[in-house]
Amino acid sequence: MIELNVNGTPQQLDVASDTPLLWALRDTLHLTGTKYGCGQALCGACTVHVDGSPMRSCSVPVSAVAGRKITTIEAVDKNRIGKVVQDAWRKLDVVQCGYCQSGQIMSAVALLSQNRKPSDEEIDGAMSGNLCRCATYVRIRAAIHEAARALV
Amino acid sequence: MSTIENLSRRRFLQGSAGLTLGFWLPAVAAPAAGPGKAGEDAVGPIPFEPNAFLRIGTDNSVTVISKHLEMGQGTYTGLATILAEELDADWKMLRVEGAPADARRYNNLFWGPAQGTGGSTAIANSWEQLRRAGAAGRAMLVGAAAKRWSVPAAEIAVRDGVVSHAKSKRRATFGELAELAAKQPVPTVLKLKDPKDFRLIGKQVKRKDSVDKTSGQARFTQDVQLPGMLVAVVAHPPRFGATVKSFDASPARAVKGVVDVVQIPQGVAVLATDTWSAKKGRDALAVNWDERAAFKLGSEEILARYRELAKKPGLVAHQSGDTEQAFGKATKVVRASYDFPYLAHAAMEPLNCVIRLGDGGCEVWNGEQMQTGDQYALAGLFGLKPEQVTIHMLYAGGSFGRRASKDSDYVLEAAHIVKAIDGRAPVKLVWMREDDMRAGYYRPLFHHALEAAVDGNGRLTGWRHRLVGQSIIAGSPFAAGMIKDGIDLVSVEGAANLPYAIPNMTVDLHTPQDIPVPVLWWRSVGSSHTAYSTETFIDQVATAMGKDPVALRLELLTKHPRHAGVLKLAAEKAGWGTPLKSGKPGERRGRGVAVHESFNSYVAEVAEVTVARDGSVKVDRMVCAVDCGIAVNPDNVRAQVEGAVGFALSAALHGEITLKEGRVEQGNFDGYPPLRISEMPQVEVHIVPSVAPPTGIGEPGVPPAAPAVANAIAAATGKRLTRLPFNPAELVA
Repeated sequence: MIELNVNGTPQQLDVASDTPLLWALRDTLHLTGTKYGCGQALCGACTVHVDGSPMRSCSVPVSAVAGRKITTIEAVDKNRIGKVVQDAWRKLDVVQCGYCQSGQIMSAVALLSQNRKPSDEEIDGAMSGNLCRCATYVRIRAAIHEAARALV
Repeated sequence: MSTIENLSRRRFLQGSAGLTLGFWLPAVAAPAAGPGKAGEDAVGPIPFEPNAFLRIGTDNSVTVISKHLEMGQGTYTGLATILAEELDADWKMLRVEGAPADARRYNNLFWGPAQGTGGSTAIANSWEQLRRAGAAGRAMLVGAAAKRWSVPAAEIAVRDGVVSHAKSKRRATFGELAELAAKQPVPTVLKLKDPKDFRLIGKQVKRKDSVDKTSGQARFTQDVQLPGMLVAVVAHPPRFGATVKSFDASPARAVKGVVDVVQIPQGVAVLATDTWSAKKGRDALAVNWDERAAFKLGSEEILARYRELAKKPGLVAHQSGDTEQAFGKATKVVRASYDFPYLAHAAMEPLNCVIRLGDGGCEVWNGEQMQTGDQYALAGLFGLKPEQVTIHMLYAGGSFGRRASKDSDYVLEAAHIVKAIDGRAPVKLVWMREDDMRAGYYRPLFHHALEAAVDGNGRLTGWRHRLVGQSIIAGSPFAAGMIKDGIDLVSVEGAANLPYAIPNMTVDLHTPQDIPVPVLWWRSVGSSHTAYSTETFIDQVATAMGKDPVALRLELLTKHPRHAGVLKLAAEKAGWGTPLKSGKPGERRGRGVAVHESFNSYVAEVAEVTVARDGSVKVDRMVCAVDCGIAVNPDNVRAQVEGAVGFALSAALHGEITLKEGRVEQGNFDGYPPLRISEMPQVEVHIVPSVAPPTGIGEPGVPPAAPAVANAIAAATGKRLTRLPFNPAELVA
């Protein structure tokens, strides 16, 4: 049994200790907003927060995050920055297929938590680990600026 | 209001794809939604269902049924906009639901009797159909109000989901009128709006899927969980054409969670209670492959063969004038040849499919793009009738053509696994990224050779274009209509119909039959390579003739006003002809243009690039002009073109699937890197105002992007890149 704290709720999981956090979230806890894209931390679709920092859940075994605070897209709006980012994404209709967007939003929230007024270059730096095959990047940049304005 | 006269009831029924007058008045409330996911919201009773595309509930909910897959292109929003416009519905109260698989009601009107999504046809084929569906619903609501209030129908107004009669100051919501509306006759004459009266079409409406896709609630195939479901991960052959010789299942069975290992025609499937266990089991399998019949050539050998073939004439796809004579009289001949690699679609959601076999048929959950083909394929395998195959069309996490499989490949793979376990559990087939990238169904590798003849008066008089590449359409359900006299029309689209007024022109094609690498339509299909070769070559010709690239194109486009229109608009907005701000020391900057029609939409793009000393290319800005007829959702048109530019740049800068001794060399995003945000240019999209019926927008933004960038690189460096993806080594200062 491995104990995880997910979105504020303690959870006991009966999974192999090498199971990536991604699959524990998706297949065991049925929190399917966090997505599988590559399995090698190359695309960022699986990004969650662990103790507030962005982490690629496909490449972190559950045993490594036992007892730490995990936040997924399903609870991102419980935090003010998360809600503001989500609203900016909706205002600008950033999404296309949407599959990568949970990860994009989690990375954007982590960026704005550290830097309330990121430049384009800082956005590119912080978000370059999150692939979007629909290439919604123009709007991702604009939505992060929009959220930054709303946070002032 | 314009009136469509002489529209018989029969024609209307046909035009609305088997309009059903189903009045479903449930005795109890609608069944509760599933596991609280998007697309299964509970709604109140639905007394009014005037046709296959519309339901109105007593709670004022308006549900539009989408026959097309939402894979990011915005079709749920676009289709709903069309219907809501004629219905005068309240946009906020409207929801969209994916249609079931039923080609009698939901066929793609451009595809004949088949249901499916592709070729940028969703909005174009649905335009009249959904306008009529909305107008019919509106007329029946008006009829109901007229009857209830005993007033003339002509005096009744409808706006934002409210029906009103000004003189008597009466009003009613759609929900209040729904039951009575269901009893009204289906109108035989429909009034459609004059475009100047549109309130939703051409205006800013919000995407219908934004909320679910920003909260983790949107339901993709990958997210499906069914009671007792097993997850399958498959060991696929290392080469195309290899088969299973033998395998040892015991290491896989030793993995906790693994419940079965079965051989299927596509390889060996490991079934487990969860995805990670299935993957561990698959990775633990020891499979011996029989590779005697496998394909063992590499990309370089394929290209060498194609270059040899290009020395000989192929089947003629277009002939005008006397090309031989034009070249004989030429005072200047310009030549170039091009190599295009295989490309993977690499949608963010790797392929997957869920199938459950039951007593009366089978049920499929899938980002479903080819309903009718998949129904027939599954019916054939399971011994069912096609209509016994129920398909739940879920959101697709991208597709770019891949989920429109021409032979139901991954759907059949899931079905074979279900069959191998005698249907005792529902199965979710999950492809890992590497399975997805190595499975083939690529944009075909192509070689092109072009020649242009310029005469003594400085006129472009001759054009030869030879293409060599595999046929996509061969072996697909579209072969009968789209292969003419041995020529796959999509192999030469964008080349055989070159818009430029060149009096003597030959376009011919070689279609190698001996390359078994599976190929498929990839966002913009033939135009993904023909736009590149034709639009960079015409630029090279302009340089050779000493002409401005925009001016030469416009001279040759006098019979193609829509091409010329977008070209002029993009050039004007980009400041064509004005000096470009110079870069830092050592940087070379340039501007380039391309224009191309695909799927009846016209797009011109102007690129501004910076080439560094080391040859690396940064695309700074793309200015795009689009003529897609009426822009149903202008913001989505902009979004699609923005995304198309990024998709095209992925391929131009990085995209290449290569074979070595028959094995695919790339497996994940390290070897096949899509564009990242740091490489994304600024994109401006300008839309040509139009009253023409809408055409596609999912694909047409792709073709001009790479040639515009290549032409900008040539302007900056003098170097013409003819092999994709771009190789920075060719551009070192």
